Amino acid sequence: MSYAIQAEGLVKRFKETTALGGVDLSARPGTVLGLLGPNGAGKTTAVRILVTLLRPDAGRAEVGGYDVVRQAHQARAMIGLTGQYAAVDETLTGAENLVMIGRLLGLSRPDARARARELLARFGLADAAERAAKTYSGGMRRRLDLAASLVGRPRVLFLDEPTTGLDPHSRNALWDIVRELVAEDVTVLLTTQYLDEADRLADDIAVVDHGRVIATGTPAELKTRTGGLVLEVRPAEPERLDLVLDVMREVIGARPELDGGLAVAGVNDPAVVPAIVRRLDDLGVVAAELSLRRSSLDEVFLALTGRRAAGAETEPEEPEETELEGAGV
Amino acid sequence: MSAVTASRRVGPLDTARHTMTLAWRGLVQIKHNPMELLDLSVQPIMFVLLFTYVFGGAIAGSPGEFLQWALPGIIVQNALFATLATAVGLNVDVEKGVFDRLRSLPIARTAPLTGRVLADLAKQVWSLALVLAIGLALGFRIQTGIGGVLASAALLIVVALAMSWMSVLIGLAASSVEKVQIFAFSLMLPLTFTSSAFVDIRTMPGPLATWAEVNPVTYLSDAIRGLLLGGPVAAPATRALLWSAAIAVVCAPLAVRAFRRRA
Ligand SMILES: Nc1ncnc2c1ncn2[C@@H]1O[C@H](COP(=O)(O)OP(=O)(O)OP(=O)(O)O)[C@@H](O)[C@H]1O
Ligand SMILES: [Mg+2]
Repeated sequence: MSYAIQAEGLVKRFKETTALGGVDLSARPGTVLGLLGPNGAGKTTAVRILVTLLRPDAGRAEVGGYDVVRQAHQARAMIGLTGQYAAVDETLTGAENLVMIGRLLGLSRPDARARARELLARFGLADAAERAAKTYSGGMRRRLDLAASLVGRPRVLFLDEPTTGLDPHSRNALWDIVRELVAEDVTVLLTTQYLDEADRLADDIAVVDHGRVIATGTPAELKTRTGGLVLEVRPAEPERLDLVLDVMREVIGARPELDGGLAVAGVNDPAVVPAIVRRLDDLGVVAAELSLRRSSLDEVFLALTGRRAAGAETEPEEPEETELEGAGV
Repeated sequence: MSAVTASRRVGPLDTARHTMTLAWRGLVQIKHNPMELLDLSVQPIMFVLLFTYVFGGAIAGSPGEFLQWALPGIIVQNALFATLATAVGLNVDVEKGVFDRLRSLPIARTAPLTGRVLADLAKQVWSLALVLAIGLALGFRIQTGIGGVLASAALLIVVALAMSWMSVLIGLAASSVEKVQIFAFSLMLPLTFTSSAFVDIRTMPGPLATWAEVNPVTYLSDAIRGLLLGGPVAAPATRALLWSAAIAVVCAPLAVRAFRRRA
């Protein structure tokens, strides 16, 4: 199988800092690879290597079949880059920014203008097309930046934290654009600190921490693999919580955690649920709430890194989509 | 884009096209940045007016006489300051990420540098013409002819090109625009003042005069003076060019290294 992005053993050091300590990545053509990690994980460094801006100290990488070091020029012809910080020429208008890139990519003047108009319209910047980019808001700059990365119709698009600083409306619009591009068979590598973003957009996720990939898989696989399932039980009578905890520990073999009036435990084998239900029934404990669900990426991240992911606290909780049959008593 | 995919490297024709596109960009920038226009136009005019009317009487007895002698020096100072625009512009590009964007495109590696240098040269010619025009309006009289003016312009452009290596180096190595400006100012101001640009260096105290004699700005000013007013040209022009070559030889490899390090 050929990959649109393939990296093996990427290492990058900055003086004492090891930004990347041997990173392997791969993305199949026409899919979204989410690079998920907290601040300083090495996401930007990995992107900069893949877009030929930085040479790895060790390891190799191919984009669109071209080696990013030895065939950098050909690789560049395949890629589009939207960096972590909007890279637009503020002294040019939005249209001029895009025309410049079109011209650099070999479009004729009329073609470059037409392409600029088309992209500005697509990104809701048509009205601001003739204004200097320095008068743009942060969100408008980011959209212009994204438009700039699409002028050359790249086969592989790199988006470094593309939704940071966007309002929810713009964020949704960007997600839609990513989906459209993928439908056109573009491969997208997207870095993010937001679990829900990776969950929604990515076909595959690589979790990066301290310059290493600590887990890979589809969002579903990741959720199943680490911690697997989560069992939550709330007794109707709160004073019987201790009893519930005891039962769960006995059956599962690990200590459940307390979350308000809720006993929460990671579960690998769903068969424990009927066992617990039966024991509780025997003891006459009525569960007001009992659910088995796949762990959220949040919990996956916590399990993998021992830390909560950035933004996890501020992001509103998503309603669980993966709730299994409630096994109510 | 399939058109670019096929090629392994950039041919000379494409390199020229990329350079022209980025030079165009450097010039279009002026349209939206009135401050730069101010820099480009008001500063030269101000130099000429201030030097002529503030120092003229004190230094040469009358503004008119001073202008006739000092305008070549003002032209040189103006040209040297103008080369620093390259450093500022490049540094802004690096800071804003525009430089990275350009380097991620399948274009000639050097185009982001050469495009900017080319645009800055065009600005250089503009401000030279402006200084000369305002000088002429205030009473400066060229003693040689159009050939002398063209030769002056050519010499200044060659020197400016050499200096732009230094500018590129500063622009790529400095961590912020403020540092570029501080560095540029504290380098250029003493350099241009400890020369024959505005005054007769024989009036300077011993060690300073010794330095002023070998100061490249002195050679350049003397050469331009010779070209516009008549007098020896070959010796000062040769030395000015040797200095430029030396600056380029030292700065070019360092600039290339800084460029690679950004890579
Ligand atoms: N040019 C550099 N010089 C020195 N250290 C660097 C440089 N670039 C990155 N680093 C270091 O490498 C590590 C990884 O940085 P990187 O920018 O790749 O992280 P990131 O995952 O993109 O973080 P963030 O979410 O904050 O953008 C950090 O410790 C950072 O300080
Ligand atoms: Mg980053």
